[in-house]
Amino acid sequence: MREVVRFLQNGRVVELADVRPTETVLDYLRLRRGLVGTKEGCGEGDCGACTVAVGRLVEGRLVYQPVNSCIQFLGMLDGAELVTVEDLAENGQLHPVQQAMVDHHGSQCGFCTPGFVMSLFTLYHAPERQATRKTVTDWLAGNLCRCTGYRPIVDAALEACFNEIDDAFSRRADESIAALQAMEQDTRDVFIPQAEGGFFAAPASLDALAELAERHPQATLIAGATDVGLWVTKQLRELPQVIWLGRVRDLDRIEETPGGVLMGAGTTFAAAHPYMARIDPDLGELWRRIGSRQVRASGTVCGNIANGSPIGDSPPALIALGATIELRRGEDSRTLPLEAFFIDYGKQDRAPGEIVTGLYVPRLDPNHAFRCFKISKRFDQDISSVLCALRVTLADGTITEARLAYGGMAATPKRAEIAELALIGARPDRPSTWAAALKALADDFAPISDMRASDAYRKEVARALLAKALVEIGGTPDERTRVSGLRSGEVDHAA
Amino acid sequence: MQPDGTREAPAAAALASVGQSLPHDSAIRHVSGSAVYVDDIREPAGTLHVVPGWARDATRGRIVSLDLDPVRAHPGVVAVIGPADIPGKNDVSPALGDEPMFAEEEILFWGQPLFAVVATTREAARHAARKARIEVEDLPPLLTVEDALAADETVLPDYQFRKGSPETGLATASHLMEGSLRIGGQEHFYLEGQVSLAVPGEDGDMFVHTSSQHPSETQHIIARVLAVPDAAVTVEVRRMGGGFGGKESQANHWAAIAAIAARATGRPCKLRLDRDDDMIMTGKRHDFRVDWKLGHDAEGLLRVVDMRLFARCGYSADLSLGVVDRSMFHADSSYYYPDAMIHSRRLKTHTCSNTAFRGFGGPQGMLAAERMMDALAIRLGVDPLDLRKRNFYREGRDVTPYGMKVEEHATLHAIVDQLEESSDYRRRRQEIASFNASSPILKKGLALTPVKFGISFTLKHLNQAGALVHLYTDGSIHLNHGGTEMGQGLFQKVAQIVAEEFGVTLDKVKITATHTGKVPNTGPTAASSGTDLNGMAAKIAAETIRNRLVAFAAERYQVPPDAISFADNSVQLGERSMTLGELAREAHLARIQLSAAGFYATPNITWDRPSASGRPFFYFAYGAACSEVTVDTMTGEMRVDRVDILHDVGRSLNPAIDIGQIEGGFVQGMGWLTTEELVWDDRGRLRTHAPSTYKIPTASDVPEDFRVTLYASAGNPSPTVYRSKAVGEPPVMLAISVFSAIYDALASLNPGTIPDLDAPATPEAILHAVLSMKRSRAG
Repeated sequence: MREVVRFLQNGRVVELADVRPTETVLDYLRLRRGLVGTKEGCGEGDCGACTVAVGRLVEGRLVYQPVNSCIQFLGMLDGAELVTVEDLAENGQLHPVQQAMVDHHGSQCGFCTPGFVMSLFTLYHAPERQATRKTVTDWLAGNLCRCTGYRPIVDAALEACFNEIDDAFSRRADESIAALQAMEQDTRDVFIPQAEGGFFAAPASLDALAELAERHPQATLIAGATDVGLWVTKQLRELPQVIWLGRVRDLDRIEETPGGVLMGAGTTFAAAHPYMARIDPDLGELWRRIGSRQVRASGTVCGNIANGSPIGDSPPALIALGATIELRRGEDSRTLPLEAFFIDYGKQDRAPGEIVTGLYVPRLDPNHAFRCFKISKRFDQDISSVLCALRVTLADGTITEARLAYGGMAATPKRAEIAELALIGARPDRPSTWAAALKALADDFAPISDMRASDAYRKEVARALLAKALVEIGGTPDERTRVSGLRSGEVDHAA
Repeated sequence: MQPDGTREAPAAAALASVGQSLPHDSAIRHVSGSAVYVDDIREPAGTLHVVPGWARDATRGRIVSLDLDPVRAHPGVVAVIGPADIPGKNDVSPALGDEPMFAEEEILFWGQPLFAVVATTREAARHAARKARIEVEDLPPLLTVEDALAADETVLPDYQFRKGSPETGLATASHLMEGSLRIGGQEHFYLEGQVSLAVPGEDGDMFVHTSSQHPSETQHIIARVLAVPDAAVTVEVRRMGGGFGGKESQANHWAAIAAIAARATGRPCKLRLDRDDDMIMTGKRHDFRVDWKLGHDAEGLLRVVDMRLFARCGYSADLSLGVVDRSMFHADSSYYYPDAMIHSRRLKTHTCSNTAFRGFGGPQGMLAAERMMDALAIRLGVDPLDLRKRNFYREGRDVTPYGMKVEEHATLHAIVDQLEESSDYRRRRQEIASFNASSPILKKGLALTPVKFGISFTLKHLNQAGALVHLYTDGSIHLNHGGTEMGQGLFQKVAQIVAEEFGVTLDKVKITATHTGKVPNTGPTAASSGTDLNGMAAKIAAETIRNRLVAFAAERYQVPPDAISFADNSVQLGERSMTLGELAREAHLARIQLSAAGFYATPNITWDRPSASGRPFFYFAYGAACSEVTVDTMTGEMRVDRVDILHDVGRSLNPAIDIGQIEGGFVQGMGWLTTEELVWDDRGRLRTHAPSTYKIPTASDVPEDFRVTLYASAGNPSPTVYRSKAVGEPPVMLAISVFSAIYDALASLNPGTIPDLDAPATPEAILHAVLSMKRSRAG
């Protein structure tokens, strides 16, 4: 047992025993350390002003990811390197990404700038990126700027981020890696006790996690905390007991099996991204549009499922693909189809003390066709008003089986079972054969109106998306059906 | 051409600093994280934190009881303050006395503060603030334009411009047309939220660091609530993390609460609003309904326009007088209305009090005018650009509905002609027509729209500014003026002007925080006027010192004054050369004053509101934009493919900063008209109070093909500082081209039919218009 949290900052190991379970990295920096270069813009991980870089070892390599420090808890830095905007300049010389921002007039009011600089720093260190505007705008989707209109920032990124990596961090990478490895070798479970039975725990093994979760069924399990962070910063909920999954090595795995992709509960959206893109380009594009680079670097696919958030954009696509999840409580494991996990609004098939341990996503067969569409007010870093995913099995151009799932149309991600039946026997290249399926959607769903869209729009667009999927499967090229997210793959789907 | 594809106007001859594309004065500090914003100031020992409390279940109603004991009992709470703690007046309004700091009897909108918690940490204060037990007797709220019209409730009297005889025009015009347009509001979403730090001093003094575009007004309101003389309150603003109008009047409330808390506790008090509270409590761009009617001839030449502007002002007047006036001043856009009735109503609703937002009402008026043009062009089956040009102000057709003559119409014509050419408008118009003919799902649209924006505060007395310049004996210069820096580059532009006067490089000019003790009684940094006013005031101050130096040196060294010049960090005195510091030391020994205040009042403006006559604007700023979009007619999704902008900044003081204003303003305007949707529910609760639900543009929303060029101006015909033009607000309205391009794409679905599209053009709004076009085609 270890009763301190440890991380690397400026080449030194910081050890903290006084870590409150839900203290944010941002508050730690600003209030405890007086490091005020990192800003709070929204306190919910949507504006990126608080972005810091967090370095971790991935297969022996040091990888820096952008992280929203306003919703990341301090204990989650355990075993990582923390880099803030104050750390970038070297002997009074600006870092190349900082200099490019100055040269291109990339700041006006300057308040979002430290966050942009840190996102650019992580792009600067990212291996093998295509030096395209699209790479940059995707990388910066989680950083809002209200002054510049972004053009100068994108130009600065294109100039500075795709050159040979040569900065203080690359030059001392060997030492940093050694320090991170040394921390990694300490496989004791972390447990920081608090008054009145509270704690921050970071077990190092699946067995320890299962045992801890069973013993403390009221504890809050977090992986990336990109949703739970807001419970604290916005709903002001008290979470006295927090168990972080981030150190559980066994949950970190992601692998391609003969039939699909198997990932553990610790797999982030970012880590899963290339695997999903290989299943289907639409799935890759959906992944690209989930949250932002910051959210995907922390948030996990299983966490998005486990907390049953109605704003999860991955489940409908995973349901259409026939994904299954694995749960564990104490010693007992079980597997169930993903759609069965979502019972009702805010209610999932998960017992107290039970944890989601993994997800299996089947690959598409050659006789499958798949389409997935996300409708939102803004293309990047928005939550869908309607999400539609369709997998059809085709024999000689006729649909023999259909899995059609929607988000935003009901209290949970849900299959359109009546429309699925109506699709059997239809031919995508003959619209008259699927008119009944479009009509059937009205029997499948009775959506509500909210700030994202009205019920009328949701119904209309649900039909339109099914029609669009069928039109495309029927042979119409997507340059003629889409204004964004072409399947030809203009986007870099590397993690 | 510059590497970024933009072009600069020719710089004025023989200037060293003015006209240079220097970086923002704080650029290096911005990227290093060392630029200090209010929340970054090292807190004085014992600083307390303040959070306003409000009734989460009440939109409008009578306060029956307010139990604050649970708030007081929360750990860390030092004090809970309410109306009884205000020594002066419970009012934080700019003028009319209609905005209580804390509501006392009646709650007037969802989010109105009732009290404030003062605690040892911000976290404790936030938790405690939610513990109040509040009982409210609900009253039915007025929420929409229609609610307010039905109740006949306004915050200010109606107002109108009348030109010629609109009634006769409408009665005799050969062709009539009418329509109605709803225009959504807009949240400022400055990245730095509202924040103030109040530090009590001796003898009732109060020093307040705040993020305000109007430090003098903040000072006066704090003095009012504290019941102390203005002179006892000092307000300082080094920089804001964005303002956009949202900190013109809206910063006052929070600064005043912080000051009251500091007075009550005797300790420094900081109030930084949580983002959700900020978006719920502070005012936004006004949303409008505009009903229009026009008469025209067979060729589409306007004969008469009758426009009714219904502005949703919220619960109080705030700045709605000027905002809606400016909508009226821009209800003509760039077009000549022979007869006109421009009528406005300032409607009262039980929602946050709408306020200044970059453009200050102008964008809404102009959008309505451009809608009229688009609708009329569709009806007549002519190219909208041809119709626009036909109706432009020109010689003999140059008097606005408010009686001012448009003198510089040649600039408008030149900009539009040049952009039409450089954007390849005519060829693309044909390409798009053939694309649409063969594309059943995706439809393209193209629009080229003009901007003519009046420069000057229409409240005449605000058109003044002061500056304070010191020259020290080492040759360094201290620069201060009444303008505030919110990212627009004002401080750097003014520093460039002062550096030019003294012939020094920018490192010799120390930019200092706006401070009510240095330059008093200032106006807000608003109305795009920051540089025009403060730049001129600083120039006058610098000239005063320089003239004293010249007079002194001419006598001391026996050289004619015209043989004395200031350049390249030195002073040339005939054959002799010395540094500015050396000359300053000699002048100081000779007891010459090396400090000067400069003052400037804009000439040539004579607007008289009661009689609706005179000249409100010193000049107009012009620009034009051409946008191309693609619309998905199945889903309503939309992509902006290309934007070309040609914009007039007169003779640019700093082309890089000006281009930054143009690009940033355009993108902000594009957000207003596309992705940014404010949604209130039927109980008057704002549902979009965080960036998770309110979507400003991201990097990928900006068209990859984005060509921004400064118009090659011979200089502002009006005698502004170095013949430059204001640039803060006008570019917002360049984004109307995007909205018009969407309209153009929709119109292609059924030629001759007028699409039903309101702003913002969200996917839902666009699909609604698509479906009604298809229905009208079927029917």
